[in-house]
Formats: sequence, C-alpha cells, structure tokens
Amino acid sequence: MLLRRLVGVLTLLALLSACSPIEPWVKPYEREHLADPIMAFDRVPVATAFMDHVYEVRMAARGATGAVGGGCGCN
Amino acid sequence: MKQSIARITVRGLAALLVALPVFAGGSAGPAPAFSLMSRAGNTVNLSQYKGQVVMINFWASWCGPCRQEMPLLENIYKKYGKLGFTLIGVNVEPDSKVAEAWLKQTPVSFPVLFDTDSKVSKLYNVTGMPTTVFIDRKGNLRAVHQSYNPGDENGYMDQIRALMRE
Amino acid sequence: MQLKSPRASRLTITVLALGALYSAPSRPGVLPEDEADVEWNRYEGGGQVIEGKTWLVRKKIGDKFSVEYTHLIDVVSGASIDVQLSASPYIEQRTQDSVSAQYLRGKSTYSVSFSHSYEPDYRSNTAVFSISQDMFGDLTTLSMSYRRTWNDVYRMECGMHSKTGVCEDKIHDPVFGEKTEDQRSYGVGLTQIITRNSLLSANFEVVTDEGWIANPYRDVAYVDPTVGRGFSLEPETDPNTRTSNALGVDYKYYLPFRAAADVQYRYFQDTWGIRAHTAQLGYTQPWRHWTFDGTFRYYTQSAADFYSNAFLYATQQNFMSRNRELSTYNSWSAGLGASYQFTIPHVPWIQKSTANVRYDHMVINYQDFRDALDVDPAKGVTIGTAPLYVLKVNIFQIFLSAWF
Repeated sequence: MLLRRLVGVLTLLALLSACSPIEPWVKPYEREHLADPIMAFDRVPVATAFMDHVYEVRMAARGATGAVGGGCGCN
Repeated sequence: MKQSIARITVRGLAALLVALPVFAGGSAGPAPAFSLMSRAGNTVNLSQYKGQVVMINFWASWCGPCRQEMPLLENIYKKYGKLGFTLIGVNVEPDSKVAEAWLKQTPVSFPVLFDTDSKVSKLYNVTGMPTTVFIDRKGNLRAVHQSYNPGDENGYMDQIRALMRE
Repeated sequence: MQLKSPRASRLTITVLALGALYSAPSRPGVLPEDEADVEWNRYEGGGQVIEGKTWLVRKKIGDKFSVEYTHLIDVVSGASIDVQLSASPYIEQRTQDSVSAQYLRGKSTYSVSFSHSYEPDYRSNTAVFSISQDMFGDLTTLSMSYRRTWNDVYRMECGMHSKTGVCEDKIHDPVFGEKTEDQRSYGVGLTQIITRNSLLSANFEVVTDEGWIANPYRDVAYVDPTVGRGFSLEPETDPNTRTSNALGVDYKYYLPFRAAADVQYRYFQDTWGIRAHTAQLGYTQPWRHWTFDGTFRYYTQSAADFYSNAFLYATQQNFMSRNRELSTYNSWSAGLGASYQFTIPHVPWIQKSTANVRYDHMVINYQDFRDALDVDPAKGVTIGTAPLYVLKVNIFQIFLSAWF
C-alpha cells in the first residue's frame, strides 16, 4: 500500500518536472532589449567600483551594492 | 503481492519514460510546417526541403554564443550543402535591420529567414538561445540542441551524418 | 607638544580593499568577455587630492574559466580638516593587487577572488567566494557571496620634519604597535526579469567587524575651559565589534527610443546606532558611437550612538568618536559620463574599444560636525557654535577599455 503510494508520488513528480510549472513569460527570443549593453546593471564596472569606494570611505553605510543578472539568457 | 509490485514498477517506469524529454534517437513526429520571408526577398517554405536533411538554427544578433556559432555553421553548410543537406538560419528579432547589418559584416551563404513575429519560435517551442533542430528526409523532427559551446559543431556534424545515412 | 601626522585621509576605514575590489560584470550563462582597461582618477576636495591609476586584464581560458588581474595605485596628498586640526600635511601611496577567477558550469557561475592592499600604515587582505544560479527559464538569478577580510593597522608618526613642516621620515609608532581587524560579510541577491523591458534586483548584506575598528589618528574634542581655544583633544575609542545590515533594490527600465533608466534605494542600519538611506536615479542614453550616463544620488545618515562633535569633559563615556563619517549628515552627488566606441584600424584582434570620461560632484552637509578650525574664542565662536562643516568634492575619471 505504501509502496504503491510512493511510486504514485514519484511518477507525479517526474511528470511535473518535465513540464515546468512556471512558464517563462519572457521567452528567450524576446530578450533583445534585456541583452542590450545599456541594460546591464553595471555598464562601466571600473567607474562604478571607484565611486563605490569613494562612498564607502566617506559614508558609514556599506554593503548591498552589487547586482547580478539580466542579460541575454543565452546558453 | 509480487505481481502487484511488478505492475506498479512497470507503470511507474512507463510514466517516467513519458516524462523524459524527447531528444535524439526516436522521432518526435513531423516537424511543424512554416513559411517565412528570407533575406533574399523570397518566401521560403519548409516543405520545399522534403527529401533533404534539414538543420534549423534559431539565432539573434544580440546573442553572443549565436554570433560565435555562425562561422562554424557556414563551414558545415559548405561541407555538406551539396550532399542532400541544407542549413536554415531563422533570425528571431522583431527588427531585422540589426541582423542584416551584422550579416553584412559576417556573411553566410545559407538561407536566413526572418521570424519577426516569433510565430516559428513558438511553433518549435524555442526555450533557449541559440536552439538548433534537426529534421530527417521524411520531414520528422529528430533532435533538438540548446545553447552553443565551442566543440558543439562536432556533435552537429555527427548528427547530420547519421541522418544522411538513413 | 608632539606633532602628529594623522593619516586621516587614509582611505581605509575598514572596507577599503573591499570597496575598491573590481568585480567582473556578471551576466548569467556566459563568461565575461576578455578585456583590458586602464583608468586614471582624481579626487579633489576638503583639502585633499588623491590621484589613482588602475590597470585591469581579463581573459577566458577555454570556455569554462575566466581570470582577471587588477593593479591599482593611489597617491594621497594634502590635509583634510582632520589632519589640519592636529597635524602636518603629507603624501602617501597605496598599492592594491587583486586576482579573481570565474567558473561557468551550465546555469551556475562560481567566483573566487583575492586582494591585497598595502600602504605604510594599513595592510589588508580580502578573499571573496560567490555563486550565482539561473533558474525559471533564466528569468531569475540567485546569488550568494561570502567575503573575509584581514587587516593590520599601524599608526605613523613623524621621525623628522623638513623646514617647511612637511614630514620627511615616517615610522610606525612603537607604542601603538600593530592592531588587527577582521571583517566578514554575507550577501544574498535576487534578480528577476519582470518584462521584456524591465529588471528588478534586490540585495541583502550583513557585515561584521571585529578588532581595532577605530581610526588611529582621529581625536575627539571635549570642552576644556583651561585652554585658550576652549576645547582639547584626546584619541577616539570605538567599540571593537560592529554588525550592519543593508538591503538594496534596483529597478532598471528600457525606454522605447533606446535608452535605460534606473532607480535604486538602499536601507542601512548597524549596531552602532547608525541608520542610513541611499536613493539614486540613473539614465543611460546611447547616440551613434557615444553613450552618455547621468546619475543623481541622495544619501542621509544618522550619527553613531557614541558620536559627538564635542564632549562635555575628558573621557565622558566608554566609547567616544568625533569621526565625521559617523556623524549625522545628508549628501547629494551628481555625475555625468560619456563613452565613445571605436575600432582600431589594422588591429582586428581588438574587437571593440571605448574611451570614457566621467565627472562627479559630491556635497556633504554635516549636521553635527563643526569646523573646529574656525573656533575663535575672541569672537565668541566655540567648538559648539562653529559653523557646520560642508565638504565639496570633485571627482574625475578617464579610462580606456579594449575588448579582444
């Protein structure tokens, strides 16, 4: 009885993982704007790193300045 | 007791097999038909390539790996193009001007079609950039390859040769 | 009275090496491109001039690894208000070297970096480990990072002065010796693609310090009727632990005529009683071979619990600081940048190059830090009534980048 239930649950999980419950609402072929270099969170990392450094020295606040993500979503 | 366990296991495995994504080997059914405007200015229909092995590459000029792949696809086309094989590039950008400008800098000789309203991308369920699909001589969809990493072109050529031998 | 030579402009309160640690642009699923940069920058304001140069090289190895090396030199000269209050002008150099590597495997990127910063009175070593993961059809990126810093703090004193008062031979103060300070930071970030034109990122970071966190050169002032100017100085004493939390959000939007706008907000609080808010607006406009950036930033903070412009008497409390970086103030800064993209004829292996300039102007209006140099008992100006200090800074950056 337990074995039957377990196999049933595993089967359900296998089926669910195949068809991902969350469909990406922005398709990979719709990412031309997000892939544009001007949409990078940090377009000029050298300049941003320097300004972050100036602010950290003169200000008490620190942390939570980096953002990773966006882009073309390729590969 | 033993019989019911066996039955459960078989049913479970069968369900798992159905759930596995269908790639390489078995056929996933006929490749969806479509017709799109090509770079040359004429309308191209997938059905006109029946009898040949067809490789469709979905790409965009803003996609780094896609751009990296193009010269290698051009080599594949030059190598097998006269042996009953054809390569079709489907550009997925709504504005084809950018792609045309890029193609002027990196020319290719295989047909490039413009899927400006994404209907073919949706039809082929493109879930990654780039996506490459392989269609056999009978017009059936045989394999789907996501992404591009250097070295993948060897896998492409193996797949093409296998389909050409059939 | 022994003249001290405070390294008050020491750009290394605690997180120097960390703050200047250049991190490769990270876009999930692909390694950053091969690049070489050279930058010259200049910070001018409040009696200080700092000139820096940075060199950076980044290269892919195979299709799974990318490595990067950065070398930085800063030269500090001048006298900030803190220096002028209790010492002599000076010139000092800081050098920093960083190495980092990224490993890409499917939808995961692993990074590790090491950095070493050296200047005569401060040595800092930092290690950072981070992981980022794409999920849900590459619409979501989750990242986590751990950073560990080991700092050695010294105090310089002047061995010999020139006739003009400039210090010519600096040595480590043997009484101060060597103090250590450690820092740990834990960060988590989530970036979500909202629409085909917008992105939202949220970052949370906890930073903990332990050890000698104070500045060896900063003094506190206390009311002292026995001296002419009405106040005397004694060294500051900070707690030897500090924990802070920061939560930031960043929303970026693509405008239909090809431009990008972004809004950022960050909330900060720590165990020293400091609360800070940061808000920033940014705009990027490309035009032919050019790209223009503009940013406006507003920042406000409340003072640390143990901060005071002037204490009532010597050793009034266990922890005392007159460090203006821990005072109450508001600040605004505005910056403009321009980049020009070009290709170099006859050098096809350099795929793309840019020449960039940037100017920022920063103003800090201190609300409870007064200009002690303006104290003049004859005119009735005491340390408690001297004008509030205002800092105005001009920052220039020029850099060249090449991608190959």
